Amino acid sequence: MNLALAPETLARWQFGITTVYHFLFVPLTISLAAITAGLETAWVRTGKDKYFHATKFWGKLFLINIAMGVVTGIVQEFQFGMNWSDYSRFVGDVFGAPLAMEALLAFFFESTFIGLWIFGWDKLPKKIHCACIWIVAVGTLLSSYFILAANSWMQHPIGYAVDKATGKAHLTDIWAVLTQNTTLVVVFHTLTAAFLTGGAFIVGIASFHLWRAKRKQLRGEELGEKQRNQVGAMRASLRTGLVVAVIAGLGTAVSGDELGKVMFEQQPMKMAAAEALWETKAPAPFSVFAVGDVSKGHNSVEIEIPGLLSFLAHNNFSEAVPGINDIAAREAAQYGGKPEDYIPSIFMTFWGFRLMIGFGMTSFVAALIGLWTTRKKFWLAPEYRTGENEVPRLMLTKNREMSPFFTTWSWRIGILTMGFPLIANSFGWIFTEMGRQPWGVYGLMKTADAVSPGVSQAEVLTSMGVFTLLYGVLAVVEVKLLVKYGKAGPDTDEKPPAKDPRLRLPSGGAAEHPEDADKPMTFAY
Amino acid sequence: MHLHDFWFLLIAVLWTGYFFLEGFDFGIGVLTKLLARDRTERRVLINTIGPVWDGNEVWLITAAGATFAAFPDWYATLFSGFYLPLLAILVCLIVRGVAFEYRHKRSGERWQRNWEHAIFWCSLLPAFLWGVVFANIVRGVPIGPDKNFTGTLADLFGPYALLGGLLTLVLFTFHGAVFAALKTVGDIRDRARSRATVLGMTSGVLAVAFLGWTQIESGNGRSLPALIVSLAALAAALVMNHYGREGWAFACSGVAVAAAFALVFLALFPDVMPSSANPAWSLTAASAASSPYTLKIMTWVAVPMTPLIIGYQAWTYWVFRKRIGTQHIPAPAAH
Ligand code: HDD
Ligand code: HEM
Ligand code: HEM
Repeated sequence: MNLALAPETLARWQFGITTVYHFLFVPLTISLAAITAGLETAWVRTGKDKYFHATKFWGKLFLINIAMGVVTGIVQEFQFGMNWSDYSRFVGDVFGAPLAMEALLAFFFESTFIGLWIFGWDKLPKKIHCACIWIVAVGTLLSSYFILAANSWMQHPIGYAVDKATGKAHLTDIWAVLTQNTTLVVVFHTLTAAFLTGGAFIVGIASFHLWRAKRKQLRGEELGEKQRNQVGAMRASLRTGLVVAVIAGLGTAVSGDELGKVMFEQQPMKMAAAEALWETKAPAPFSVFAVGDVSKGHNSVEIEIPGLLSFLAHNNFSEAVPGINDIAAREAAQYGGKPEDYIPSIFMTFWGFRLMIGFGMTSFVAALIGLWTTRKKFWLAPEYRTGENEVPRLMLTKNREMSPFFTTWSWRIGILTMGFPLIANSFGWIFTEMGRQPWGVYGLMKTADAVSPGVSQAEVLTSMGVFTLLYGVLAVVEVKLLVKYGKAGPDTDEKPPAKDPRLRLPSGGAAEHPEDADKPMTFAY
Repeated sequence: MHLHDFWFLLIAVLWTGYFFLEGFDFGIGVLTKLLARDRTERRVLINTIGPVWDGNEVWLITAAGATFAAFPDWYATLFSGFYLPLLAILVCLIVRGVAFEYRHKRSGERWQRNWEHAIFWCSLLPAFLWGVVFANIVRGVPIGPDKNFTGTLADLFGPYALLGGLLTLVLFTFHGAVFAALKTVGDIRDRARSRATVLGMTSGVLAVAFLGWTQIESGNGRSLPALIVSLAALAAALVMNHYGREGWAFACSGVAVAAAFALVFLALFPDVMPSSANPAWSLTAASAASSPYTLKIMTWVAVPMTPLIIGYQAWTYWVFRKRIGTQHIPAPAAH
């Protein structure tokens, strides 16, 4: 049979396309939910309009984004049964549990309280309204945790036994699945990466607005009242985004390092592949960059940092790190077959790993520099400090503003790098999932044995075509909306609700409040 | 009761809850063309479910997730066997969800009209297809000894299944019309009630045909009361609707939907996916279930959570209890 059309190849392509797509929305949803919640809390506590407007603005972008996260998530859940039915039969006992917990403990909260938050501005007292978005934010964290526990079990199965009679895996220890170190480190890494993504996104949009206002001033035009207020909201947002990106970026690096160590231990092949380390070496170098075909087993041009890989794996600079050939031979001896069956795509894992780190860390470094250059007071001569509704001056030193050229490029970099962590996330997952191949569940079930035997190629081709087309169209729609609302900026003319509505009316309904009976809804679809 | 019997019950509750809730959601979507006269009226209808449709849909996600965890074989056979109908349902749910959120985000005429078409078709099609899917489940489809579906797409669209699809479509639309009458004021409320009468009578005829057929072919002593309850509730809903008791009418149409699905599940038990090829190859609640340990863990999660979820979802309906009419629809945003 033509290998390109092997059933698992199609199913893998479809799963890869739909999952990477789902994960474009997930990190922004996770981080924007929490950041919006933080901003609304700031408004409830201080009563300052700029926080209200920032809440509304980021909330709007958050909603555009979560809508896609939700609808693409349903596809994910159905796909296990539709395309991977043998997988589902084999692992459902273990894998299904966290998935069902996710629905019961997280999705219900999120989806119900998001409705209350969207439509509840004039129905709920401020504090309860704010609590709703916090519940949504906590829900996104919980849903990540459970699904990542499920995924970590595929990376490192634990807490199960294989039933002799049925040949199926069954759960013996849910606690082990939920708290194994793989799960915890992956959750930490994925969540910090999500916040880095949200931070960079906010920095990008805020930079766009501030730089636009600044350019206007440079042309000698006055900012109107509205634009000054927008600058105020955007300045507060910029600082928030920078702080989030820096802290999260640091967390991503720390947790990534930790994750690397966990993987050396649990999936040595994946890390050897990530380094294109064909032969076992002691000490092992870290290859920063390679030219030539890494999948050929030796690289023509390479920049290496001696000993770094040993350090990443074992925390010392000289210990041996096993190479691809040795591990493949070992796995072949253990599980049968030829050594080359156990080698994942070296090209994808090697470059996926580098692109993840490269794109993500660029945003982190940019945020670190931004945090310094836009500081408010610290180590700034008083005449360079700017007011709340002014565009900050970019200052590297105490009393010299950056040159126009560097100022221009600083703002531009803020805008240009806003999508970088998103790219990093995709490559991180592609690396994780493809590096696990040929295993679906590491050491237990090969991906080739996981596909639905009863589903025809025509069916998978149909669904893949339909999803690709639909997702493509929706991506265009979503990006256009984000650009439109992002560019429009916060609606600073909008008045925050003046008084809290009474939650409990005598018997409900409008009759008791005749003056409100015909008032239009503050939000309607 | 065995734990897997309890889980069969819980899965039945989740699916039934899903159809009770998303049933009127789908109905509202269909009524945007059958009932609303202009854009503002369409917006009234859409906003009656605005705050709640997403929460309703999670019942589906939970039903599917719980089926996966509690009955992996059921989940695997069902989802891979009904590949194309489920694909169509997925596409509709995607487009529909996005349509609700994005329709009002631009004011262009074509933009809004396209999303409104999407809401109509993507509510109508799943309402029909879910009936087809469940009709096939209860009647049995060709399942081989390896537990995989061996039939073709055409096997899924026999007369019985088509009748089932028609019933869910009309019944959900009736349920939606009753809901619309309960949640709106003004002219649209009166028209919703008269539409409900027509839809309710049509559902009655279809229900007698389909549910009767199901009872005769697959039913048993346990499922007979569900049949009677469903038909009686449908009649009661019509009467209550006629006398303008909209709250009661909605409760009754809900019971009619729930009892119709109860009939399906009662007729099904103890099988979960009967095989029409050979009864020995049928999947049963006992054979398709997960290990007792998994079921026990899941019980510990589901038993406290389900009432809590029902509680806060009910609270949402209470917060948004005010009826809405055309006067409550804000002018389209100016951007
Ligand atoms: C903004 C995104 C981002 C950034 C900057 C980084 N990562 Fe990452 N990484 C991810 C986003 C990500 C991810 C997409 O979230 C992954 C996929 C699976 C996972 O758990 O997280 C991932 C996976 C992942 C894995 C594989 C885990 C597995 O297969 O189970 C390792 C070893 C690392 N990362 C290590 C690092 C290191 C050493 C980094 C640098 C300092 C780093 N990551 C930065
Ligand atoms: C392949 C496995 C995955 C499945 C089966 C899955 C399932 C789902 C489902 C069904 C939804 C819709 C929920 C709703 O209607 O409220 C959803 C949305 C979401 N998922 Fe995924 N997902 C997967 C991967 C991930 C990962 C890896 C993460 C996070 C690390 C994640 C986090 C989220 C978030 C934050 C949302 C949006 C908010 C919401 O739940 O409503 N998902 N996912
Ligand atoms: C959300 C981030 C994720 C992304 C971007 C992602 C990406 C991918 C990709 C690209 C593949 C195809 C692998 C290949 O072609 O070699 C794949 C396979 C798969 N992934 Fe993930 N994945 C993610 C999360 C998850 C999670 C959370 C789960 C489990 C809950 C999961 C379960 C699977 C399964 C079942 C397959 C198919 C069979 C296999 O390759 O083992 N994935 N994923």
